[in-house]
Parts: sequence; C-alpha cells; structure tokens
Amino acid sequence: MNSSDAIVQLRGVSRYFGGVTALDNVNFSCKAGSIHGILGENGAGKSTLIKILSGVLGASEGQILNNGKQVSYRSTAEATADGIVCIFQELSLVPDLTVAENIFIDQPPRRMGMIDNRKQRQMAVELLARIKCEDVDPDAHIRELSLSRRQMIEIAKALAKNPRVLILDEATSALTSNDVETVYDLMNELRADGVACIFISHRMKEVDALCDRLSVFRNGQHIQSFDKGGLNETEIVQLMIGREITAQYPPKRSTPIGETTLSVSSLRWENSLKGVDLQVNAGEIVGLGGLDGQGHKELLLGLFGALRGMTGEITFQGGTYKPSSPAQSKRQGLALVPEDRKTEGLMLEMSIGDNILLPNYKSVSQAGVINGRLANEAIAKAIELLQIKVGSADDPVETLSGGNQQKVVIAKWLMLNPDIILLNDPTRGIDVGTKQEIYRLMRDLVEAGKSVLLYSTDYAELIGCCDRVCVMYDGRIVSELEGDTLTEEAIVAASLNIHKDDPA
Amino acid sequence: MTFLSFSKPADRPLLIALLTTLVILMVGTAYTLTTQGTAPLLTPSYLLQQLQIGSFLGICAAGMMMVVLLGHIDLSVPWTMTAAAMMATSVGGPWAIPAGLSVGLAVGLLNGFGVSFLRIPSMIFTLGVDSVLRGLMVAHTGGFAPQTKASPLMRYLAADTFLGIPVAIFVWAFVSIVIAAILTKTGFGKSIYAVGVKEGAAYLSGIRTRRVIIGSFVASALCASTAGVLLAGYSAKAYQDMGTPYLLPAIAAVVLGGTHILGGRGRYLGTLIGATLIVFLNSVLSIMQMPESYRQIIYGVVIITMLLVYGRGKQN
Amino acid sequence: MIGKLKATVLRNRGFTGALVLFAVLFITYQSIHPRGFSTAVLVQNSNEVVALAFVAIAQTIPVLIGGLDLSVGAVMTLTNTIASHVVTGTPMQMLLGAVLTLGAGTMFGLMNGLIVVYGRIQPIIATLATGAIAIGLALILRPSPGGDIDGDLNWAATNAVFDFAETYGFADNGNAAWIQPFVNIPVPLIILLVVALGVWLPFKRTVTCRTIYAIGSAEGAAHLSGLPIARAKIAAFTLAGFFAACGGLYLAIQTSSGNADLTQAGTYTLNSIASVVLGGTSLMGGTGGPIGSMIGAFILRIISFFFRILSIDPLLQPLIEGLVLLVAVSLGALRTFRVKNKLGLFR
Repeated sequence: MNSSDAIVQLRGVSRYFGGVTALDNVNFSCKAGSIHGILGENGAGKSTLIKILSGVLGASEGQILNNGKQVSYRSTAEATADGIVCIFQELSLVPDLTVAENIFIDQPPRRMGMIDNRKQRQMAVELLARIKCEDVDPDAHIRELSLSRRQMIEIAKALAKNPRVLILDEATSALTSNDVETVYDLMNELRADGVACIFISHRMKEVDALCDRLSVFRNGQHIQSFDKGGLNETEIVQLMIGREITAQYPPKRSTPIGETTLSVSSLRWENSLKGVDLQVNAGEIVGLGGLDGQGHKELLLGLFGALRGMTGEITFQGGTYKPSSPAQSKRQGLALVPEDRKTEGLMLEMSIGDNILLPNYKSVSQAGVINGRLANEAIAKAIELLQIKVGSADDPVETLSGGNQQKVVIAKWLMLNPDIILLNDPTRGIDVGTKQEIYRLMRDLVEAGKSVLLYSTDYAELIGCCDRVCVMYDGRIVSELEGDTLTEEAIVAASLNIHKDDPA
Repeated sequence: MTFLSFSKPADRPLLIALLTTLVILMVGTAYTLTTQGTAPLLTPSYLLQQLQIGSFLGICAAGMMMVVLLGHIDLSVPWTMTAAAMMATSVGGPWAIPAGLSVGLAVGLLNGFGVSFLRIPSMIFTLGVDSVLRGLMVAHTGGFAPQTKASPLMRYLAADTFLGIPVAIFVWAFVSIVIAAILTKTGFGKSIYAVGVKEGAAYLSGIRTRRVIIGSFVASALCASTAGVLLAGYSAKAYQDMGTPYLLPAIAAVVLGGTHILGGRGRYLGTLIGATLIVFLNSVLSIMQMPESYRQIIYGVVIITMLLVYGRGKQN
Repeated sequence: MIGKLKATVLRNRGFTGALVLFAVLFITYQSIHPRGFSTAVLVQNSNEVVALAFVAIAQTIPVLIGGLDLSVGAVMTLTNTIASHVVTGTPMQMLLGAVLTLGAGTMFGLMNGLIVVYGRIQPIIATLATGAIAIGLALILRPSPGGDIDGDLNWAATNAVFDFAETYGFADNGNAAWIQPFVNIPVPLIILLVVALGVWLPFKRTVTCRTIYAIGSAEGAAHLSGLPIARAKIAAFTLAGFFAACGGLYLAIQTSSGNADLTQAGTYTLNSIASVVLGGTSLMGGTGGPIGSMIGAFILRIISFFFRILSIDPLLQPLIEGLVLLVAVSLGALRTFRVKNKLGLFR
C-alpha cells in the first residue's frame, strides 16, 4: 500500500509507560473506504494503538499522519475535529442524561445560542433509525437502557460526529446478534461512503466476515498485515501466539491431588455468570482462561462474598458454603487478590506495614490493642517470606514498584493462612523476576496442601503454572484442559469459542 | 516519640499550623505590649484559662476527626451536645453524666446505622438527626432555658482546678489519649483510615466496614456529648442552642490540622494543634476587641489561606 | 401518550414524589384552614417561602456537580445587608441598587468557583470559609438590623397583583378588566417563578448546564466526551451566588431592612440542603434540578404552617421537620438494597 491512498498512517510509533514498552516501532496504515481488522492477544498493544490514534495518549516516538499531514492530538476533541472518532470499550455515556443529549453531548444543534431540543430530538430519532434502534426513546435516560442498547447509543454518538475514520474497540462485544448485524450493515455503508473503519474484536468469525484487511499485533509490535483470506484461521492464531515463553515456571505437581477444596455447580449471577461448574482440589493450581469480560471477575468476587443474589451450589472444605461478605469468607479460609491492586487491593498512601496487617489485626492484637512487637514481627516475616524489597515498612505502598506492590497484596492474605487463594490476574504489569517468584510461591502453597484458583490474561502463564485450566466464555466454563491438551492453541481456540471440530 | 515527629511530608500542615499558632500568640503579645505594656497572653494562668474554655471545642474536634477520617461528616454535633447537657442536668445526681453520655451513644448508633446500612450521605442524615434532637429538646424544655442545674461532679470536671490546672484540661487530655490510641494502636483505628482511603478496597480486605462506620459515629457522638456535659458543668446549667457555636470550628480544627476532608489522611496531633490554633486565634481577637464582623472574615481568610498553602506543598 | 407520561414520571421519581407530597399537604392545609382559601393567607405564606426557595435553588446547582455550597445562607445574608443600603431613592436608583445587589452575590459565587477549581479545595470546606467571610462583611455593613427600603416597593412586592397595580397606578389601578384573572396571585410567587424559570430554563439549554449534570453523573465520561469541566464548575458556584442574592434581595424588600443574622444564615443553609434532598436531587449529583428544590422548600415551609392552624404545640415543629427529612431520605435509600454487586455501593 503506498502512502497516498492511506487515510491514517503511523510511522515508527513507540509508546512507553515507565519502563514498559506498550508499542514498539509500529508502522501501520489504513485506507479510506475500507474495514481494517486488528487482532492480537490481551496486552498486544491494540488499545494503546487506538488511544494514540484518537488523541487519548500521545506517542513517545514516531509520526502520525492524517491524510498525509503530520498531526499530534492532545485530546479526543482535537482528534474528533480532524475526523477521527473512537468508540471506547469503557462507555463514555453519561447515565443521567437522555439518549438524545448523550448523542449530541458536546456539539448540540443550536438556535440563537440555545440548544435546540426539538431539533436535537429529531436528529437523534433519525440517527437511531439509521442504527435500527427505533425502539429506543430519545428521551430515555442512558441509565434505563441495557448494556447492549448503550453500546448502540455509543455508536450513534460516534456517527453524529461524521467521522472519516471510525475506530470500534470491542464495540460489538456487548451487542445482541441482531444489533451486531446492524453494525455490520452500517460499517458496509460507511465503507461505501469512503469512511475508514478500524475494527478490533475478539470474535474471529466477525473479523473474518467483515474486514478487507487484517493486522496482527503481538507484544506491542505490528507483526503482519494481509488482505482478507490471505491466511487461514490456524495461521492467524499462530501469528497471534508466536512468541517464545520468556518466564521460567517451576515444575508441576509432584504430590497427588488431595481432597476437593471447593466445588461449584450451576452458579448464576445477573448476566455475567450463566451456570458455572468448577472443582478445585487441594494441592492443585487451577487456571481460569479466556478473554476479558467472560465472567472471571464476577466468579472470583462472587466466591469471595462481594456479590448479592448469586444462585447455585457451593461446597467448601466439605461443607455447604454461602458467601455473604468478604469478612466472612476471610474467616472461612478464602483469600482474594483482586483485579486492580491500586484501587481494590491496596491503600496506596498507607504504609506497607499497615497494608500487610489490614486483614490481620486480630492476630497481632491483645485485648483489642495492637501489640507493637507482634505486629512488627508479623510484618518482618511477611516481607521476608515474599522477599519484598522495601526500605522501611513505614514507607507508603505507592513508593514500591508494581511487582513489590503485588507482593504486598499477596503477603497480607498469606498471613491468614487461607485454604484457597483466588487470584485475579496477579502478574499483570509486573516484571519477569517477580512473576517467577509469584509462580514459585503458588507452587509452594499447593505443595503444602492448599489450593489456588488463578485467572490470568497471559496464556503462557496458565500453561506454565496451572495443573488444569478452565476456559470461560460468556459466563460459562466451555472447556477444561489438562496435561497434553493444555496448549496455547487449545486455549486460544476455546476462548474464541471456536469449536474443536474447526481446524484450530 | 513518633507522636511528636514531623518528619514526613504529610506532616507539613501540622508544622505550618503549629507555626501559625505561635505567630498568632506573638501578634497578640505584640499588640498587648504596645497598647498596654503587658503580655498577659504569655502568662500561664491566662493560657490555662484559654485552654480550659478551648477544651470543649477540642473534645468536639477529636470526635469529629474520627468521622472526617472516614470521608464523612457529623452535623448532629450541636444538638447532641445540647441534648446530652439537658439530659444530664435533668437527671442530675450521680447518674447525670451517664445519662448525658448515653444520649451520645444512642445518637451515634442512629447516625452510624443511617450512613452504613441505608447509605444515606452523612451530610444529610446527621442534619436530619440534629433537627430531630432539637425538636425533642425543645419539646422537652418547652423552649425555655431549663431550670435544672449541673451536678457537682459536672461542675468539678468543667470548672474546678486540680494542682492548679483546670480539670477540664485533664478531661481533654484523657479524650485525646484515648482517640490517639484508638487511631494508632487498634485494628479499629487502622480500619477507619482504610475505609476513608478506599471503602471498596477495605471491604475486599475483609474489614467489616459497617461496624467501622458505626463505631466512628458513636465515637463522634460520645465526644460531643462529653463536651456538652462539660459545657453545662462550666455554665452550671444547660441552655438552648449551646452546641451551635461548636460545629463549624470543630470541622475547621480538623481540617486545619491536616486531616483530609475526603477522609483517609490525618493525625490526631494535627487536630489537637488545629483546635489550639482556633482557641488562641479566638483569644487574641478577644484581646484586640475585634468586632465579630472582622473575626468572621479573619476565620475565613485563615482557613482558605492555610488550605491553599497546604495544597501547594502537595504539588511540589 | 399515557406510556410517555408514565416514563417521564418514573424518570423523575424524586421530583414527582415531592410534587405529590406538596399537593397533598397544600390541599389539606387549605381545606382545614379556619379561614378557608383566601388571598390574604396565600400572600402571607408566599412571602414566607420566597427567600428559602431562592436559597434552595442556589444550593441545587453546586449539588448537581456533586459538591455543596455551605455559603449560600451567608451570601443571602450579605446581599440582604447590601440591599438594605442601596435599594433606596428613585425607582431608577432602586433598580440600580437591585442590580448591584445581585451582581455582588454573583461575584461572590464566582469567587467560590475559582477557589474550588483553581485552589483545588473541596467545595464543602472552601464555602465553609467563604461563608464566614460573607457573614463578616454583612456584619460590617449592618452591625445592627436596620435600613429603610422604600415602603411602596415593600407593599407592592409582598402583596397580591391588585395591590401591585394599585401602588404603581397601572392597569387602571388594578381595576382593568384584563388584569382581573390575575389580581389575586401573590406578587412574591410571580417574582420567584419569573426569576427562577427565566434564568434556569435558558441556562438548561446550554452545554455548560449539560456539563454540570454530566460531572455529577459520571465525571470520567464527561471528560472523555470533551466537555468543559472547569467552566461548568465555576458556573455552578456563580449561579449559586446569583440565586442566593435573589433570596437576600427579596428578604430585604420583604422586611424593609437588612439584618446580619448569623444564626439565620446557618438555618437557611441547612434548610436549603434539606429542600434540595426533599425535591429529589441526589447529593451525589447528576440528577434532579432547582425546580424540585423549590418544591422542597415549599414542603418545608408548609409543614410549619400546619402548626400555626392546627394549634399543635409549635415546639414540636423542628421534631416533625426532622422526621419528615429522615423518612424522605430513607425512602430514597431503599434502592441500595437492590444493588447486586456490593462493590457498586462504594463507588
């Protein structure tokens, strides 16, 4: 493709976050009047790419060209003014404003300087008709709409800005199949009008059906671009995976599996869990695989007592277990290392010692008063066990590196000596050395007869660490992989819900 | 002596507040030296007398801090004080003080329930409770100053001296030690900070956040009722609206002491300094015979200026 | 059509609830009033509600962004004392004085907004401090209650339309045929509605106002949508200053004087918060509006009118007011029991 027919183009673009490279010298271009699919695993750099294109982030290095002109956007508003509009995964809708107000939120039609509500409403009705959402009341508040409908309104909001480049980041993931069809038709229409659509989706079939051209990203690098039909599904999966395993994993189970620790059957909650069956045994690391948003987070939170109205049977340590609150789950012998250590796991501005002691004050108190000696001993022991690199235990946790922060989260739970520890992507964004220490630690725990339930977005990690991996898709466990069947291809195939009889 | 150290950057507000307090005393002394040629501000008897009057505010501020650390606020302080004082004087005798404190306990439990279980913003729930208490007290007293008198023990605690030092200061010191110990030496205290920083994360750490919230509101109401009982002892009786002048200064003392109004950060020492600052600011303005109008303006300007200075420190 | 109405009602549950409560209270009040429905009573009641209604409207706008303005009562008091000095003389001078009064309140609100946005001080504590400053200024202007606002203006503004017309000698001294349908409407109510709707309805149709709601509802989404956040916050406090000044100006005209009453300022601030909540605006921001708060203020006041006519011990008044407030907010809190993901409770 030569640069003249490219509407947007990236030349040697890199983006660093601290020491982490999110995008590495990327050259990429996209033609007007085409639909361009972007593929890659979690963390391959797709999100960073579109954030740079749409003005949310700046590039650390390299050039961005729009219609041959070099640009650098400082805000989404600037990118929008230049015709680049992005539909973000995290919704940008205001729940307490109406549909019409949201669609035209920053550029409403005006008359004599005032917002022209009638015209705005009428324009909204037209747009809603275009996306076949005639059933949506333009005066309804976003709060009243289903997630699927909100996603459609998000698309309408983007269309209202008359984009020349439209970026859809997983914009179809929450949609019903009817709406997905509508969006496909719409994208075909836009293509005919000369708009460039950049389409990111985990649904392989969608991408295959819709896109004219595909680009595969991996580890922040642009691996290859090819026209539709250039490669088959197996080859694409290969391209997405094809990296060497960099981390070393400890040897797998040497002791036999013990008794069943936790057994879950037909667990349901809202729209996220649709009948989960799962068993975790003593001495076993069980992995949860699959793409983001398939119900892992809810499963772990639900087991830890943070969800209300969950139905299904749970047995824990041989008895019926009804999770009611984290405090109770903690007493029963469960621990949860939550998804976001910065907002859910740690009190960043509090000291390392205070964070480690947070769930453990009972064990270091006498008659309700903290025994300073016991507390210091406990902190010192935890720091030593996890080899947390600290200057002083009185320093705020925020002064630590990401890896050491995560160790603090794990340390505070290990002090309770739980029977099962639930981990939600504990190694995200931390360095290889610390990762290995965490793997070693998990293995030590199960060797001592405990159980571990690990959700990870890193497939290599699941394969390297886990004795067994359950892959979730749409609120269910769709596949259980163990021993020889536990391969990266099998996980990827299962998480894309490609059936085993497909050539994957 | 970690209690008295100012080594961390977060303690800058404390240091600034302490220096401001000293500046206020110096300005006051300079004023009296030039106008009267004496320095009454620096005499121990005067300082002790000011601290005696300031102890009511100091105790209120101590309780308020427990709630502010959670990121909440307790607007029911005025009538909790008044109700405790009125109940104490109407019961009288040896049961006067327990009667006053049980008012505090009941109010604290109610506030805590509304905020933690119903999750009503504390601002509005405590406001409603304040109004209900006011209604109950007005109905109880018929809207007049109650004729009942403070018990001798109340008189002793608030107005007498021990070893030449007003007993009220000992009470303030006792409350201070208890609150400081709770905040630094108990799991409950540490949990208050945790809930104030990030309630969701505290909850996921297995902390019983509802109990923590209720406990803090009880502490606040107990402090307010203690202050009310003392104030009634000091004035020998309870009177309508006696708590109202203490609400805003208590909040100001907490905030000037470096406690973040959104919760999670602050040391008790700061609140102590903040309360002292306001007490001495008051006495210096009294000595200068500053009219109420200028006093109000000075309060406002001091609070804004100090918070702007604290904020600047954070950016650097 | 019915479905549409039902949806609108459901969407504004808080407001509708307030409206129904007010209607019930008002009809009950009028039907049991010993003198029945009369213009005199209506006029008197209207006079008592206007200042609070203005202050409640003022409070609403900072609350919509998830903030709080503890200075509204103080600004009302300050502008009340300003008005007691400048609203005198010829009609032209009085008009100028009124503009000056409103301008002063607006500037004070602007200052609040600038401190909150650029000084990065939490609204609640910033306005606590500026409220003290406003009271101080008010005390300087009026160390003791006083002032002499034109008697005609007082009479005209605090009575029915007929008296207004008679005072200023238009519409055939209020006897013209065209004015007859309106002669019994209290002027204070007209002032309140004209100012409140006249400012709010046009403002509602600006992106700035839209941003105010968006900030309170989801600040992150507002930011992603490229809305002018700083401008909206400043505007919220500025408007609060303006409406508080309207309250102060009216109070001055109504009482023909200015009074720097510290206790009264505090009471007005607290009642304004109560009115906002009763009127269906969430203290978390994002939902509700000033018209609801106006109704909320009506409810608060009408409760006190009941004590007058039912010869209930007026001493019970604060008790009942407090209970009404607690019950109202507790009803609003019932939704927390429907939250499925408990982490959602913590926001």
